[in-house]
Amino acid sequence: MTYLTRFTISVDALLAEVQRPECGGTCLFLGTVRNGPEEGGVTEIEYSAYDAMAEAEIERILADARQRWPAARVALRHRVGRVPVGEASIAIAAAAPHRAEAFAACRHIIEEVKQRLPIWKKEHRVDGTAVWVDPSGKPVPAHGA
Amino acid sequence: MASVTVRFFARYAELAGRESAAVAVPSPATVQDVVRRVRETVPGARQLPDRPLTAVNMRQARLDSAVQDGDEVALLPPIAGG
Repeated sequence: MTYLTRFTISVDALLAEVQRPECGGTCLFLGTVRNGPEEGGVTEIEYSAYDAMAEAEIERILADARQRWPAARVALRHRVGRVPVGEASIAIAAAAPHRAEAFAACRHIIEEVKQRLPIWKKEHRVDGTAVWVDPSGKPVPAHGA
Repeated sequence: MASVTVRFFARYAELAGRESAAVAVPSPATVQDVVRRVRETVPGARQLPDRPLTAVNMRQARLDSAVQDGDEVALLPPIAGG
């Protein structure tokens, strides 16, 4: 695996991939596993992926970002497997000569990820239950479409 | 006939009770033909939506996209990455 990892994401390693002397602005986005008031006691989220397609989609998303912002350098990691609350499930780094391109590239990549990446999540709760969650973050009924 | 490998993921794999299936459909065939065949022949797959999100050979595909012999057709639950 290149972009997918079963281990804690190293932000330092990701930043090192994009930072260069000519880049004066670096934008780092972390998506972390949340247990907010509406989540109902989430302890961790289990991420499963169509691994080969996810790797290919990430490659295409990054290539597209490099084409749109040629001066930007971009990198991404996505966790698979169980990720505890508070840990990052995704990290995106974008560095560019100036901050505007860094912010724009980083924002573009996370929005594309949300639309395109074949990855799914199952929430594990304090009461021992586990439910698949849909893109809006709501639990999916156990049966039916 | 076009023989394709169908792959199921996440909740769809749980509903179908498996992660893949081999399916044959008369040529020329579309993704929709494959989905229809899967829902008819794979126990548990009847609970899958009749118009799911799909990918052919690791690219998202429309239901009217053509399917060739040897293709990999994936049935994808609503995407929830990030």
